[in-house]
Amino acid sequence: MQASTGTVDAAEVAKFEAMAAEWWDPTGKFKPLHMMNPVRLDYITRQIAGEFDRDLTGPAPFAGLRILDIGCGGGLLSEPMARLGATVVGADAAPRNIPVARIHAEKSGLTIDYRHTTAEAMAAAGEQFDVVLNMEVVEHVSDPLAYLTACRQLLRPGGLHLCSTINRNAKSYLMAIIGAEHVMRWLPKGTHDWTKFITPEELFDLMSRAGLDPVDRKGYVFNPVSWSWSISDRDLSVNYVTASIQRG
Amino acid sequence: MDNPASRRIFAVMTHHTDILIVGGGLNGAALALALSQTGLTSVLLDAAPRVAMTTPGFDGRSYALALSSVRLLRNLGLWSRLARDAQPIREIRVSDGRAGEGPLSPFFLQFDSAAIDESAADGAMGQMVEDRHLRAALMEAVAADPRINARFDAVVAAQSGDAHSAQVTLTDGHVITARLLVGADGRRSGTADRAGIKRTGWDYGQTAMVCAIGHDRAHNGIAHQFFMPPGPLAILPLTGNRSSIVWSETHANAAAFNALPEDAYLAMLRPRFGDFLGEIRLAGARYTYPLTLTLANSFVAARLALVGDAAHGIHPIAGQGLNAGLRDVAALADVLEQARARGEDIGAADVLARYQQWRRFETTALAVTTDLTNRLFSNDNPLLRAVRDIGMGVVNATGPLKRALQREAAGVRGDLPRLMRG
Ligand SMILES: Cc1cc2nc3c(=O)[nH]c(=O)nc-3n(C[C@H](O)[C@H](O)[C@H](O)COP(=O)(O)OP(=O)(O)OC[C@H]3O[C@@H](n4cnc5c(N)ncnc54)[C@H](O)[C@@H]3O)c2cc1C
Repeated sequence: MQASTGTVDAAEVAKFEAMAAEWWDPTGKFKPLHMMNPVRLDYITRQIAGEFDRDLTGPAPFAGLRILDIGCGGGLLSEPMARLGATVVGADAAPRNIPVARIHAEKSGLTIDYRHTTAEAMAAAGEQFDVVLNMEVVEHVSDPLAYLTACRQLLRPGGLHLCSTINRNAKSYLMAIIGAEHVMRWLPKGTHDWTKFITPEELFDLMSRAGLDPVDRKGYVFNPVSWSWSISDRDLSVNYVTASIQRG
Repeated sequence: MDNPASRRIFAVMTHHTDILIVGGGLNGAALALALSQTGLTSVLLDAAPRVAMTTPGFDGRSYALALSSVRLLRNLGLWSRLARDAQPIREIRVSDGRAGEGPLSPFFLQFDSAAIDESAADGAMGQMVEDRHLRAALMEAVAADPRINARFDAVVAAQSGDAHSAQVTLTDGHVITARLLVGADGRRSGTADRAGIKRTGWDYGQTAMVCAIGHDRAHNGIAHQFFMPPGPLAILPLTGNRSSIVWSETHANAAAFNALPEDAYLAMLRPRFGDFLGEIRLAGARYTYPLTLTLANSFVAARLALVGDAAHGIHPIAGQGLNAGLRDVAALADVLEQARARGEDIGAADVLARYQQWRRFETTALAVTTDLTNRLFSNDNPLLRAVRDIGMGVVNATGPLKRALQREAAGVRGDLPRLMRG
């Protein structure tokens, strides 16, 4: 993988630009992610603001915070964090996402450090963050405990870990696999392996063992009437998100 | 960004701002102020010179403001200034009339503040505010706001919007880039045109004559809407023994009447106006407004949102045009404030889609309602006349329907933006 967009040729850049446009098209291939993004951002921004005592109505509320976005993709979460003033590192294990995200950030006038790497590699290198965003990744990894341990190592003592994933039950099977992959075709078939889904109790247990103290959990609920997502205190039956603190 | 600094930047030809608002009318100015409250900076452009816009005789209209609009003005810090010159509306009476007969057939529809659950503390259903006061208050607040850079005599030569920003070039060569461009440039919105947004609409064949009238008797805060075959006549209470009339006639009649000397004009008006307020006289200059319906087929495009008459220019029959525009303003400010707090790109397509979803259905429904009302009433067909007599009687007799209409007129229905909540 090339180190920066500066070293790739024009045809490559054009291809990446097209891919970036695709990532950022709210009605395109990543529509389900765009539909969910406002509630994801509501949760993330409020948790960070609460934990670090920041005022979201002021300018650059996240200034001085170092945030890692694991599985950054095209930068759908990294860009908002940078816009709020944070210093952002976006990491993705898929090499082609990196130049795509870089091109888009540059055009948006944002400075974001996108890297083709993994949480484990960054932890081994001793990187430290105030916040780790761990969104819809844990259900794709082979060893969740080892992965969450790496996330913990990436945090400064008292740092905030925000982790979302999909519950494992009959409803999540219907919604996430039959519904999202087969009926709606929101996601490519085979995106998810239902046996890797994790219940909130299992996730809390894994996080505790990894040295992360769980402090909050909420559900993301899709309303087919308003055709939009909202945050629920009680319904964690399919998509849910958690907050935990590095034990120090 | 403060004003002196941004002025300096203007000298170097290219200027960047969060939001560029084209059109510094009532809605454009209100939007700039609402955005400033949320911390967003804007450049506000108008093609007209500042002196013209701040001269008291610039626009002779008076507006029937719904309670939600009054709340917006209060939340923008303008109401304390306006309250002194505002006339509370305590009752609205709607009736059928025919020129020469006088409008005083029995009232078919009668609304009063007791029937709105959410009436203002003083029991008003709404407030009448004169343009000369409202515009002056908005212009002053805009000039004093460090987050707003107002530019008059500024004519747009070219405009473009892509995935990342909007860009406008003025005829004097200045270039302004913004994350979002807002078209608040009225019924013939050039901003919408340049973005390729098509419009639906037609000429009503009517012109509204507007004028302040002095009268001998007190109006008691009662607003009247008389339906006459050539077009409706509204008599709206102003402070003191004055009322503002919105008198709609065919284009030809309006041109002829408006050209008449004062006495002859009043002689034409008297039989229509009736004598319930005693002797009448002119209390201000006369103005005319040709009436059209113009609805933008989309309220948004790449890096662009339309507000106010640029999105929906409707018939003034129910006095709802500005109220609807101010709702756009408050809704757009809400959507952008939320997007900004989330770190979203405020000009992104999905953010703008939220604004359009919030406003488009409601304003289209309003345009259709005012259009149908005008069609139903602006004629002398005896059959339709019977239908409307029955119709209004039915509405009057039916509590819930009347109440719904009333709450709609007061602007307290539906999903209210933050700035319009009490
Ligand atoms: C007779 C009459 C009575 C009414 N009574 C009521 C009422 O009682 N209650 C109510 O709620 N509403 C009422 N309305 C409706 C109300 O007047 C309008 O809805 C409102 O004034 C629209 O404001 P606006 O700012 O959207 O547009 P406008 O007032 O049309 O302002 C547009 C601005 O854009 C500027 N502009 C235009 N083109 C350009 C350009 N290319 N570049 C830069 N600037 C440009 C213009 O100079 C102008 O300042 C009435 C309307 C009429 C005709």
